[in-house]
Amino acid sequence: MDYAVELNGITKKYGNLTAVDNLNLKIPPGSIFGFLGPNGSGKTTTIRMMCGVLTPTSGSGKVLGYDILKNPEEIKKKIGYMSQKFSLYEDLTVEENLDFYGEIYSIPPKEFKERKDIVYRMAGLSGREKTLAGNLSGGWKQRLALGCALIHKPSLLFLDEPTAGVDPVSRRIFWKVIREMTKNNITVIVSTHYMDEAQTCDLVGFIFKGKLLDFGDPNEIVKKNNAQNLEDVFIKYVEEMTGEHHGVRPLDIFFNG
Amino acid sequence: MRIRRILSIIKKEFIQIKRDKPSLGIAIMMPLMMMFLFGYAVKVEVDHVPTAVWDESQTLQSREFIRSFQNSNYFDVVTYVSNRGEMQALMDTGEVKAALHIPPDFSRNILKGEPAQTEMLVDGSDPTVARTVFSSGVLIAEHFSRNISLKTMLKRGSGTITLPVELKPRVEYNPSFKTEIFTIPGLIGLVMQNITVMLTAFSLVRERERGTIEQLIVTPIKPAELMIGKLIPYIFIALIDFTLSLSIGMFWFHVPVKGSLALLFPLALVFIIVALSIGILISTVARTQLQAMQMTMLFLLPSIILSGFIFPLDAMPEIVRLISYMIPLTYFLRIIRGIVVKGVGFDILYSDTLALAFFGLVLFTLAIVRFRKKLE
Repeated sequence: MDYAVELNGITKKYGNLTAVDNLNLKIPPGSIFGFLGPNGSGKTTTIRMMCGVLTPTSGSGKVLGYDILKNPEEIKKKIGYMSQKFSLYEDLTVEENLDFYGEIYSIPPKEFKERKDIVYRMAGLSGREKTLAGNLSGGWKQRLALGCALIHKPSLLFLDEPTAGVDPVSRRIFWKVIREMTKNNITVIVSTHYMDEAQTCDLVGFIFKGKLLDFGDPNEIVKKNNAQNLEDVFIKYVEEMTGEHHGVRPLDIFFNG
Repeated sequence: MRIRRILSIIKKEFIQIKRDKPSLGIAIMMPLMMMFLFGYAVKVEVDHVPTAVWDESQTLQSREFIRSFQNSNYFDVVTYVSNRGEMQALMDTGEVKAALHIPPDFSRNILKGEPAQTEMLVDGSDPTVARTVFSSGVLIAEHFSRNISLKTMLKRGSGTITLPVELKPRVEYNPSFKTEIFTIPGLIGLVMQNITVMLTAFSLVRERERGTIEQLIVTPIKPAELMIGKLIPYIFIALIDFTLSLSIGMFWFHVPVKGSLALLFPLALVFIIVALSIGILISTVARTQLQAMQMTMLFLLPSIILSGFIFPLDAMPEIVRLISYMIPLTYFLRIIRGIVVKGVGFDILYSDTLALAFFGLVLFTLAIVRFRKKLE
């Protein structure tokens, strides 16, 4: 397995709308890949195709060596996925949610207790075991979602905007966990709006209107474009694509696409 | 297929059911409510028909004739009128459903030994009522005439008469013609179907609406594991519902179970699994809870009419009867009526049971095949 993820010309169309347009991507194992792009640019669609829960209109791809079209169930055994919208059971407690996913992933009972302790510690969930997931605040919900995505020791972790609308403490925990992951040669694919987060990734990819505009080491991308930081680079790409020049602060454009 | 995964789904569903008190309440209260409400409403017995009498004869004989109507329990003489107009008016407003007219020469003719003409008006808007009124009216009059003939013959000294042909009816299973005996077992079947289909119809749709399905389908869980895990908790609830409905039938409406309860419960379980599978299948097709509700209705409404719950299958045209045989409830009604009313055993009911089991297998497999671990 040369790459944890390898996408070849992957395309997803919804009627006339092309959500993901002929996307190629190669992510080596053990790296943190920052997936950048405004809302509706195709990040979530791409991540879902990599997870094997969405069938591409055309193109092919391999995740952890398994074909995303032919072997999605093998992929599912080895990945952790945290969706953008909270998708755990709000009427179950923190512990019940973790127990449920632990059993779904068939973690051996002996190992499971240990895993749970690690996850509680990593996600900073200790003390909230008996709280209903629905009663947790935004940041805590995200941490629980992270915990559930990690419970079965995945080889590849997908985090879809894990830090959107999350308090600074939770944000820090997230990035600490992400870096710890890569120490164990776990690949992390994380989509984000925050350029300061992206700057610390091993690799970043800019996606806009379904097209991958650039891909590579974030520092090299900045250097190549003679820019100050990733944010400037991103604005530049968006302007090139739309043919517009906004005389406004870069962040506004970023968020309004 | 891993048992542990199925168990984890079962456990999760039970916790969710336990915490969702209103839904659990509805699941338990609904059969009680439906049984009580429909148990009284579904009555096809026609008796105590409000009747007007226009007695122009006003004699001993005419009063005796009226009394024989009253005594039959089929007719309730609610009012006496004195002309045809009044009789018609009462019929128009629906105050009476039948009217008896005895002409002035009634007694005279009887005493002379000549035929006395009487007249009965029947409201035919509801054919069931009309038919009963009509036939019981004729019977009462015949009986009355026979008694008169007998008396005259005795008086003349010709001894008793023997009728050339006599039919001695012997009614099996429900000799007293109690409608409850027929309707209550059917009602139990209908109530069970309505509740169980709804129980599972929402189960997967709810996960889809709340977004929890997204996390579930990125796991290695197999559709069959998920479906079985979702089905089992509701089997328990449905069995509670069945026990409740049956108890109401037995102890409140006094419909005894003639056959074996030990046979009824396993066969009810088969039907429950079929109904739950229908619900799960709906759940895999519907996108929203509203859609699931509409589909459930679309399925439930025809089954009320076509299953033989009210109208006998034999009376249906061939093509409609074919549809009836596509409805699982049709078979279960035969099973529950067979056991409760007739007290028959599995040797009689095995073909209906096989049909149900076949439905269950097909529907459940269809649900598993239909469920995709994919988003759109």
